[in-house]
Amino acid sequence: MEVFIQQIINGITLGSIYGLIAIGYTMVFGIIGMVNFAHGDVFMVSTFVALVTALILATWLGISSIFLSLFVILLVGMVVTSLVSWTIERLAYRPLRGSFRLAPLISAIGMSIFLMNFVQVAQGPRNKSIPPFFQNVIVIMEREGYQVTLSYRQIIIWAVTATLLTAFWYIVTKTSLGRAQRACEQDQKMASLLGVDVDRTISMTFVIGAALAAVAGTMYLMYYGVVSFSDGFVPGIKAFTAAVLGGIGSIPGAVIGGLLIGMIETLWSAYFSLDYKDVAAFCILAIVLIFLPQGLLGRPEVEKV
Amino acid sequence: MSATDVLQVEHLTMRFGGLVAIQDLSFRARHGDITALIGPNGAGKTTVFNCITGFYKPTEGRIALHHGDPAMWDELGALTDSSLRKRVRADGGLFLLERMPDYLVTKDARVARTFQNIRLFKGMTVLENLLVSQHNPLMRASGLTVLGILGFGVYRHAENRATEKAIQWLEKINLIDRADDPAGDLPYGDQRRLEIARAMCTDPVLLCLDEPAAGLNPRESGELSELLLSIRQETKTSILLIEHDMSVVMEISDHVVVLDYGVKISEGTSAEIRDDPNVIAAYLGVEQDEVESVITEPVS
Repeated sequence: MEVFIQQIINGITLGSIYGLIAIGYTMVFGIIGMVNFAHGDVFMVSTFVALVTALILATWLGISSIFLSLFVILLVGMVVTSLVSWTIERLAYRPLRGSFRLAPLISAIGMSIFLMNFVQVAQGPRNKSIPPFFQNVIVIMEREGYQVTLSYRQIIIWAVTATLLTAFWYIVTKTSLGRAQRACEQDQKMASLLGVDVDRTISMTFVIGAALAAVAGTMYLMYYGVVSFSDGFVPGIKAFTAAVLGGIGSIPGAVIGGLLIGMIETLWSAYFSLDYKDVAAFCILAIVLIFLPQGLLGRPEVEKV
Repeated sequence: MSATDVLQVEHLTMRFGGLVAIQDLSFRARHGDITALIGPNGAGKTTVFNCITGFYKPTEGRIALHHGDPAMWDELGALTDSSLRKRVRADGGLFLLERMPDYLVTKDARVARTFQNIRLFKGMTVLENLLVSQHNPLMRASGLTVLGILGFGVYRHAENRATEKAIQWLEKINLIDRADDPAGDLPYGDQRRLEIARAMCTDPVLLCLDEPAAGLNPRESGELSELLLSIRQETKTSILLIEHDMSVVMEISDHVVVLDYGVKISEGTSAEIRDDPNVIAAYLGVEQDEVESVITEPVS
């Protein structure tokens, strides 16, 4: 029981990170029907932005308040990552809009390789680490020497994720930008005839997705304390799995899918074999695709004849 | 050049490869009028609409739209010679629609349109459909969303105004009770009227309707005619209409333009059109001199 609760706590934490990344996949897919394979690497770039900002803050500026520096790191990470993603969309995807369907997909794979190699060359291939912060843990329950703990880091990850998701939900459902995004998702041509600037709305979708990925990146760095240039791939693919599991195109689906994948992974590691945790996660993807192709919350495609 | 025109289409030609869809078409729509564009299937009516709303770039010709001060029509020649798309002053504007991309035709020149098939955002609520079409004023007021998220009063005011306007339209088309239902759940006739209300929420100078009565039963097309007449009367919006339902056309149009094979074959009031042998010939598919022998009783 204790192990189970502990793994649920860890799973929610990991799942929050996956969920934040998955939103970027699902929104972009919803609006332009393209899987943005570079999104995982955008996430990886954001971890490096967070790393560099953290080091600058700590060593050059000597800011000791941990909450202030976390806030600054998040802000800088979101802004810089959004810019990166905006630029990618502008240079690599927008010129290909209206081209055949596979063209932007190939371009996305190209961007993914580019980002990975760029960071490898610019930052070096070795793992980078930051001094761990928020070491404290709260012991929730203890039986027979096994402690169920909730670390401050996990609490912060939950809180930040919840805040960001609320803000994001507000943007999508209540603001004019969100309405325009949903309108473009359903009928771009009609939206443009009602005066919505479709290109700008698509750019904003990339920017918002990247900002959420940057939050995930900062949380990831804080949680693990180590990043490398190749860290975009596996979390990226898992977040994509989460988006598919939840029903690609559905935003609540992405969050739920993220949490599920996170929990499957941690529970599998605890009860079965740590080495096979990725195998488990991707088996879930295959099973879902076979039996529930539209995902948990996706709309089934009804073909009318 | 009439000062009361809202739209002037001059020598419009549209070719698709070797196919000439519209050939040297000129017509005018007067401000505040309902102008109908009729013709047999394949006559090129929708193509004209697509040229006006920026969907297609015409092969040749000029499409000029105007609002505000009628004196601005005098600058049309100068504007055409320049490479600009539009000339806007505080009291009016003049636009060359053939030079503008579709979203600017809506945003700057304020032309709204509907399609033959219904293109509502079916997954969004009825109210949201009407709010999407007020996107531009809302985006401006919200400072590209940033101010909106921070809860600035400017944005809340704009949002309230937009909602009020949407509610007014919902009351007009009798859908106020269903404001929060997904638009796709409405019956067909209601979806048609909602589409027109949505177009009207963009605050258009010219409203282009492509077969708004298609698929409506007689009661619904009666409601549609009423709605269009009340739009003309209350908002002074000019309407350009493609329609096959002659009862609607004859009842509400001030001016009718008849196309056949991409060429204008007649133009006038609905009474004049009804009696024009050219028009009858086109609809019956016979040569003009055979019309007398084909028609044994007058067309009602």
